[in-house]
Amino acid sequence: MAVQQQTSLRGRYAIAGIGETELGKLPGRSTLSLHLEAMKSALADAGLTNQDVDGLLTNQPMHDPMRCYAAQVAHAAGITPTYATDLAMGGATPVAMAQHAAMAISAGLCKTVMCVHARNQASKHLLPHRADEVRNGTEDFKQPYGLLGAIAEHAFLASRHMYEFGTTSEQLGAVAVAFRKHACANASATMHKPITIEDHQNSRWIVEPLRLLDCALVSDGGGAFIVTSAERARDLAQRPAYILGMGSHVPMSNHAEAETLTTLGGKRSSQMAYDMAGLSPKDMDFAEIYDCFTITVVITLEDYGFCPKGEGGRGVQDGRIEMGGELPVNTHGGLLSQAHIEGMLHVTEAVKQLRGGVVEPERQVPGARVGIVSGHGADGNTHASLILSNEVAA
Amino acid sequence: MAPETAVYGKPLPHIDPDAQPYWTSLKEHQMRVQQCQACQRFFFPPSDYCPRCLSGELEWQPVIGHGSVYAAITMHHVYRPAYKEGVPYNISLVDLDEGARLWTNVVGCPPSEVRCGMRVELVYEDVTPEITLAKFRPSV
Repeated sequence: MAVQQQTSLRGRYAIAGIGETELGKLPGRSTLSLHLEAMKSALADAGLTNQDVDGLLTNQPMHDPMRCYAAQVAHAAGITPTYATDLAMGGATPVAMAQHAAMAISAGLCKTVMCVHARNQASKHLLPHRADEVRNGTEDFKQPYGLLGAIAEHAFLASRHMYEFGTTSEQLGAVAVAFRKHACANASATMHKPITIEDHQNSRWIVEPLRLLDCALVSDGGGAFIVTSAERARDLAQRPAYILGMGSHVPMSNHAEAETLTTLGGKRSSQMAYDMAGLSPKDMDFAEIYDCFTITVVITLEDYGFCPKGEGGRGVQDGRIEMGGELPVNTHGGLLSQAHIEGMLHVTEAVKQLRGGVVEPERQVPGARVGIVSGHGADGNTHASLILSNEVAA
Repeated sequence: MAPETAVYGKPLPHIDPDAQPYWTSLKEHQMRVQQCQACQRFFFPPSDYCPRCLSGELEWQPVIGHGSVYAAITMHHVYRPAYKEGVPYNISLVDLDEGARLWTNVVGCPPSEVRCGMRVELVYEDVTPEITLAKFRPSV
């Protein structure tokens, strides 16, 4: 029943505009300022003004939280939405925003939804009086044992994947090398120096079995996209990126209660999205996969059906996820090498690929028609999937 | 005792009401973990309701303190100054034989020797007069 209802939304909504700010270290820029820049850019891209926006989805910035964040952003952006809220799915939030936007429009609450996220994680120390971090609810049982941070939480996933399937650090390195290659072709990326597997192997352990080059960047910046009806999107400035499939899953509350650490929310979430779209993994021309850590990509590619469970380590080797490979993944360089805006730029990059001719030619997937985007958050406890296409009936 | 060891500088838990019996049990060196009386499941971290069946009929049961390493990592990065002397150190997810899984440290062997599936047993570490932590060592 749920799938049936979702299927009725297939192709009815589209991303009509995208915006990105400068990325990297932007000292002195508040998160709110970055939100506004990203929104302004998305409006200009779509050929809309702030007066055309009647829906707003935000993601409370972890390093600069404020009460009722959506209302703060609405006020600052001069919009008075009839639908506005903060979403809190961690790194899955930007992908989930597209789903919530489609739902809100479908329910008649609004017609044009601005989805925006920005952060100033890299330069937060330059902005005084900011809160440290939000509780995750289990820290009293972790921090006394020295368990701190997302890297350690994901190192547990890598530990299990290596134990169960023999995945190696070199295989994780192939993910880092591939995305760096893509970043080198992306003018907006933070990292432009190519790396090799040897560089990866020589990078220091942060939390073993994860090395420095297994970990995402720490970035300032923002991005935004605008969701509206397919009909309206066709009248606007850009080629629409139609939403064909979407899914979401929260598989567990924490590692202590998880039945497995090697299959995450992406399995059920992607299945929902494939079912809604009437498509399968082989139909995807590219994938933008949330890459907070290299292991996240290996697990998600398996969960998404691009390779059997346990074979993700081999699946990312030998250029298979690079431009020109079987499935180009993270054509922008990802969180590992472009910038870490918690997945917002995975959505905007997918839209760019589908418009065609927007990005540098060497990182444009030739003839890209359909792509899948993953969002992953809360140390593997949230997941969202989105299938986009430049054709309504892909 | 040397002044530098007199102050315990690492993070300590805030003891919420629903977890008080757990921390008390560690202080008494007899770990107790909640067991759901409806579905019989042992679970952790503490809660007022079973995370599987939502029953509120829970008992604090003593556990033997034997278990297996489910996943093991080694912290090399120093997140807080208090850990500067301690790196590299192990953190493990340990499955108690009764069923609950804990975040803990496996001590008594180098971190590089801790493996998934390894058998371990509980050791109590009284880190302050109020707080005792539950750590594990390789089973003899």
